[in-house]
Amino acid sequence: MINLGCNKILIRFFLTSLILLLFVEKSFSIEPNVFIQSTVNRASAALSESFTKEEKIKKLKNIAKETVDIRGIGLYTIGKYKKSMSNKEMSVYLHLFEKYFLKTFADRLSEYTNPKVSVNDSQKLNENYTIVSSILVATKKRAEIKIDWRVYTKDPQNLVIRDLIIEGLSLARTQKEEFNSIIQSNNGDINALFNNLRKFLNN
Amino acid sequence: MKKILVLLLLSTLLSFSANAGTDGENSLSKKNQPVKDCFEGLNRGIFAFNKGLDNVIFEPIAKGYRKLPMPIKLGANNVVSNLSNLITVPNNFLQGDMGNAGNNTARFAINSTVGILGLWDPASRLGFEKEGKEDYGQTLGKWGIGAGCYVVLPVLGPSTARDAVGSLAALMGGDAWYNVTVRNNTHYFRDFDYYASRATSGIDFRAKNIESFDNLEKNSMDFYASVKSLYLQDREKKISNSKKATNTLDDSDWEELETK
Repeated sequence: MINLGCNKILIRFFLTSLILLLFVEKSFSIEPNVFIQSTVNRASAALSESFTKEEKIKKLKNIAKETVDIRGIGLYTIGKYKKSMSNKEMSVYLHLFEKYFLKTFADRLSEYTNPKVSVNDSQKLNENYTIVSSILVATKKRAEIKIDWRVYTKDPQNLVIRDLIIEGLSLARTQKEEFNSIIQSNNGDINALFNNLRKFLNN
Repeated sequence: MKKILVLLLLSTLLSFSANAGTDGENSLSKKNQPVKDCFEGLNRGIFAFNKGLDNVIFEPIAKGYRKLPMPIKLGANNVVSNLSNLITVPNNFLQGDMGNAGNNTARFAINSTVGILGLWDPASRLGFEKEGKEDYGQTLGKWGIGAGCYVVLPVLGPSTARDAVGSLAALMGGDAWYNVTVRNNTHYFRDFDYYASRATSGIDFRAKNIESFDNLEKNSMDFYASVKSLYLQDREKKISNSKKATNTLDDSDWEELETK
């Protein structure tokens, strides 16, 4: 009888834990379009008129660090050259790339004030990627702009952005082709890219 | 029939030009091949020249154009957009897109008459929506002809061997607007009308993109490479005639990242 009571308690404990685990997982995973809408809402708030340009840049950099896979984009951007890079070179590159990314990202966006982005549908490409479609709402000065977001979904609890596709033009691909051009123009010397990145960061 | 023969001849020439610039490898027969920059040194030189021209002439004019009252800018944009149908419609046909060919023909007829030479766009209100522009370069791409070498043309800017051949096809009878203004003496139009419409189209485009260009230049370490990448991506998108970004994305590089 005692054993039977123990078993019942164990079964109840096991079932309750299982339900809790399922619930907890459900509550932390987030749909890619909800993740993007939440991210653009945060960015829009950071671009409010009440902040100075410096404050906007600081806030945008923090949002990017939390929501963008800067390391993943860096690895994509260096392309075929990553195979021939030493660990030390890769470490230098990723460090420089993060600084470069945050500088250009914040600089590009800080010019906008109170942008309104409406997130529409999403298309799952595979287990790793979903493309979320959105529209940067038109203003008196410019027409509406179509923005697609490549969301890395491998870890559903930790979604991150890997690319922005503006009117069909991929920012990551543009960056990759620019980096490759710099390296190629310098006979495949990766240090030429490092020098260019340092020069850009110092300006 | 004559136009088709001319296009076929030009396509053949394009194949030769691509072979000449690719170490014997014919990229035209393959899809998703990176476009080679066969004349990079020369292209960079022309790019720098165009940039200088832009700084001194086009950007200041575009900034002035922006200050014009909105109805004038809208009217100018409508007129050049309406004229572009004269290239778009034959290309809709050549691509077998009869739906858009009909829609754009109706747009041109309505806007040129009721819309007073294209100044207004009553066709949109009548349900004939504005669709994407088409040109002979896009048609060649749609027919499976590869881009060939990347080239930068003086004043006109980025292009490819295929797109340059497409532009040539327009000048050899494929553009009705060019035919009635420059090519043939119709007594109704002058050469000036054609060049003025082309210049207005260019200035209108430049005026809409002043901040985007400035921002791109400011945030690029190699502005030439960035412009080249964006131009080629834009052409891929236009040739695919797809509104969905997912149809033109190449995922292989992203997937490769998973295996590292």
